[in-house]
Amino acid sequence: MNVELTSEEEALRSTTARFLDDRMPIAAVRDLRDDPAGFSMTYWSQGAELGWMSLLVPEDLGGGTVSDNAVADLALIAHEFGTHAAPGPLVPCNVVVSALAGAGDAHAEALEALMSGASTAAWCYSEPPPNDALGHIDLEIRVDGDDVVITGTKRPVENGAAADLLLVTGRTGAGLSQVLLAASTPGVTVKPLSSADLSRRYATVHFDDVRVPVTAAVGGVGEAAAEVERQLQLAIVVSNAEAVGALQQAFDMTASWVNDRYSFGRPLSTYQEIKHRLADLFTWLQASHAINDVAITAVGSGSPDAAELTSAAKAYISEYGGELVQDCVQLHGGIGVTFEHDLHLFVRRVTVNRACYGTFAEHRRRVGQITEMRKDRA
Amino acid sequence: MSTEVEDVESFRQRAGAWIRENLPEQDSSINMSMIRKGMSDEAELAAVQRERAVQRMLFDAGFAGICFPKEYGGQGLTPAHQKVFNEEITGHEFPARLQAPSISPCAAVLLDFGTEEQKQRHIPAILKGEEIWMQFLSEPSSGSDVAAALTTAVRDGDDWVLNGSKVWTTGAWWSDWGLCLARTNWDVPKHRGLTVFMLPIKQDGVDVRRIEMLNGSMDFCQEYLSDVRVPDSDRIGEIDGGWTVGTRWMFHERILFSSPLVTVPSGTTHSGVGAGSLVEVAHSLGRLDDPDTLDLIGEGRVLELVKFAIQGRVGAGIASGKMNDQSAAIGRLFTGLTGARLFTLAFDIAGSTGAAWAESDGPAQHCGDDYLMRQSGCIGGGTLEMARNVISERVLGMPRERSLDRDVPFRDVPRGGTTRA
Repeated sequence: MNVELTSEEEALRSTTARFLDDRMPIAAVRDLRDDPAGFSMTYWSQGAELGWMSLLVPEDLGGGTVSDNAVADLALIAHEFGTHAAPGPLVPCNVVVSALAGAGDAHAEALEALMSGASTAAWCYSEPPPNDALGHIDLEIRVDGDDVVITGTKRPVENGAAADLLLVTGRTGAGLSQVLLAASTPGVTVKPLSSADLSRRYATVHFDDVRVPVTAAVGGVGEAAAEVERQLQLAIVVSNAEAVGALQQAFDMTASWVNDRYSFGRPLSTYQEIKHRLADLFTWLQASHAINDVAITAVGSGSPDAAELTSAAKAYISEYGGELVQDCVQLHGGIGVTFEHDLHLFVRRVTVNRACYGTFAEHRRRVGQITEMRKDRA
Repeated sequence: MSTEVEDVESFRQRAGAWIRENLPEQDSSINMSMIRKGMSDEAELAAVQRERAVQRMLFDAGFAGICFPKEYGGQGLTPAHQKVFNEEITGHEFPARLQAPSISPCAAVLLDFGTEEQKQRHIPAILKGEEIWMQFLSEPSSGSDVAAALTTAVRDGDDWVLNGSKVWTTGAWWSDWGLCLARTNWDVPKHRGLTVFMLPIKQDGVDVRRIEMLNGSMDFCQEYLSDVRVPDSDRIGEIDGGWTVGTRWMFHERILFSSPLVTVPSGTTHSGVGAGSLVEVAHSLGRLDDPDTLDLIGEGRVLELVKFAIQGRVGAGIASGKMNDQSAAIGRLFTGLTGARLFTLAFDIAGSTGAAWAESDGPAQHCGDDYLMRQSGCIGGGTLEMARNVISERVLGMPRERSLDRDVPFRDVPRGGTTRA
């Protein structure tokens, strides 16, 4: 999150922060451990009233932003989701909303239902191993007369089991296509997965020759590659913002713990070893804020370096964020690996975000490829 | 005094035209603090002479000391003017050796603390390239602990007599003046017994010896001061007030490449190789298609992008007051670690060429020596351990280290016996 926010940005952030303080204190998040959806629709529609679902939608379609960068505004909400370990499908719903808003009025009804919080959606993008490399799409979307036929499997799909609407990304010949369909469409099977997060739910979604009218397509059939890349960038920087919020919370808890905890007659914070560790962790935290803010600006403005900066942010935050939270656990000692302590809620959030939408190694390689290509052109 | 300030765009036009007319094109992507085995002494001296001449050309054309006051030979303009000048000079020859430490921190310290006579005498001379200055700051017995200086100045009539040793001056053997921190009082705590002086380097009593670094670089020097007489009129700041001067001096040093006082091409790095050099090394060895190399280049570029981002964040945070000045240590720590990692990545991409090389190997021929020197960026200008102390204590507010030299006369502070004398 930027060091300095405008008063409008601060109002947006603090409204969500206060709502989550009130509605989702840690005890409430813990209560969702065995809840099948991981959140309630009442909570979700109240959040939608605070703007969670409408920031990426143009004003003439009922949305609106507080700054000139809608992605940056959404990232402020995501940051608060991270600091609260808040439940709810913020990233997939916003990816779908953004895709629908960009596809004209063909899906106006679905868009309205998502924006009001009456419905939720899932983005069926990643595929199961061994086809789970970043960007690998095997699921087939075949045109058959006035219909499209969907065949294949997606996982992990966040909110896959609770969603009313599914946006499926698949292959049509050499191109990519996207289709929006009801989760209840015949031939769609959803199997819940176990998850590293306490309140976030993932599923495997199987499409067994699912047939829907071609009007279900979002964007041109076989022509969706650029939109899919944009959605991926959006999902990554917003997930990153959430991860950075969780990192901030884990760091703050640790900084306060080392002041309170005594060992050998003195606070842990008086040991230079501990001080230097905190200095490193704080630097990684600041670096995570900094690179994601730069990436958010690039994605929000559609800058040509958005792909490189997004992958750089994802690579850095996934790699160093993972180490950061685990070192927070280490500095807490035994209490840090208990269920009773709250630290794991934030470790979990960082952990699932680290593994989804490409590993840090994959994104590092993407940055390497872009760097080599730039040098080739020069 | 004229209050009319030339607008930045017309200054840019004027500066750009003059630069293209007078300064040859030259690769500006040099690394200001890359420590490599350099040119021959003859070539080095010739380069220094040329830079003095270029600095004089800048002065005569009205482009030296852009942010220095007019009464001391400067242009009396703003940081915005210096910034556009830096942009315009990018890709052209510029007097690199004369910027730091002569113009900043040395001339900057004179501007902050010098008497009117001192400023008149030296600042224009520095801006004309007539005087090259060095920092006589670090000592063999105190690296990070600068205030523990042992070099001593004793009053003798209107003069002071200096004895001791200073180290880590880059190019003192071809320089003219030293800005020197010395101990004038041993009976008070360390910070309260220091005074700053200036002294000519080329004189009997100042013995400059060059230090050979492990890669053969001979840039650094050590000076031995034996009964060097300095008139009291060459004292800068108050007697025993040297830490007030020194604090500001080190502030100028820390912000060096972003200081509005110096002329450096935009985008100049001071932390070793960049990701672009990694690609060049890989390309020269035919390794661009190797997936392992791709990973290493990717890692380097990620770190480089994060480095730019964190510098921007900390700079904005300090400028807005949301972060305190000490937060600069965050950038210092990240830059130091990243620089060391990039040297390692280059070395690993170079493979066995990092172990044994020929001059015909192009960019890969530097990887072995650069790797051997890797830690220098984590040491020079304050070690990373000092940066971690500053971050934990001054930024995060964690308890200060117990200090055995606080409130104790410096005379009684324990000192090790194994100093480099």
